[in-house]
Amino acid sequence: MVEWSENERSIISNIFSNLDYNDVGPKALVRCLVVYPWTQRYFSSFGNLYNAEAISTNPKVAAHGIKVLHGLDRALKNLDNIKATYAELSVLHSEKLHVDPDNFKLLSDCLTIVIAGKLGSAFTPEVQATFQKFLAVVVSALGKQYH
Amino acid sequence: MGLDKDTVKAFWANVAGKEEQIGCDAVSRMLTVYPQTKTYFSHWKDLRPGSAPVRKHGATVMTAVTDAVSKIDDLTGGLLSLSELHAFTLRVDPANFKVLAHNLLVVLATVFPNDFTPEVHVAMDKFLAAVACALSEKYR
Repeated sequence: MVEWSENERSIISNIFSNLDYNDVGPKALVRCLVVYPWTQRYFSSFGNLYNAEAISTNPKVAAHGIKVLHGLDRALKNLDNIKATYAELSVLHSEKLHVDPDNFKLLSDCLTIVIAGKLGSAFTPEVQATFQKFLAVVVSALGKQYH
Repeated sequence: MGLDKDTVKAFWANVAGKEEQIGCDAVSRMLTVYPQTKTYFSHWKDLRPGSAPVRKHGATVMTAVTDAVSKIDDLTGGLLSLSELHAFTLRVDPANFKVLAHNLLVVLATVFPNDFTPEVHVAMDKFLAAVACALSEKYR
């Protein structure tokens, strides 16, 4: 069971309550597809991903980025039960989407960097530690049902 | 690859004058977010973010990275003595190079939110990975 202090809960809650999902979601996914181009293998139906410019203006990428970010809402609302909360999504990513779970960490690193860019100095080492702990728990839960 | 080198050199020019601040912040974050890295600094009196030894080490690291940028065309040759230092004396587990690199990228994102674009990010990530590789050359 993952333990969360009151301070950690409030840090995580603050990050999300001030988040513009429509901006951060697309930015995180775009960054992932540009910085780790092999992740594009999962998006062959998205059309033009030939270069950074194309990726950052691709509407399917943007829509998907928003969707993925909202997926984190479930963890936010169920901090004490993230593993069970993501069981179904884990099965989906394994059985249907066939996503290598190593990719979850790549996207989570990109999200961390986008949020760092947005919050600037407010993204203190302590806030970063809490946010990365949160993402690590989500990433672990998403990989749990793979076999 | 040539394009990446130009991107790194151009972006790194922004760092001039901010090396100490950036280096200190990167090391502070590394020690806070990845507490296992503190095991390499048990000889320091103060491991808190922004402390004197942290600030000094951040500056040391940044001086080395700036030097690496100038030697970007031959990192293995250029970083030979640093590689020997890390291999035979410091014996830092090379996995930690990635950890420090990640925290440096986070700091760059906070300090240069508009300039640290996805294109700059990938070029810097590749560069820091190449530096890590050069530093690991002499390990075995």
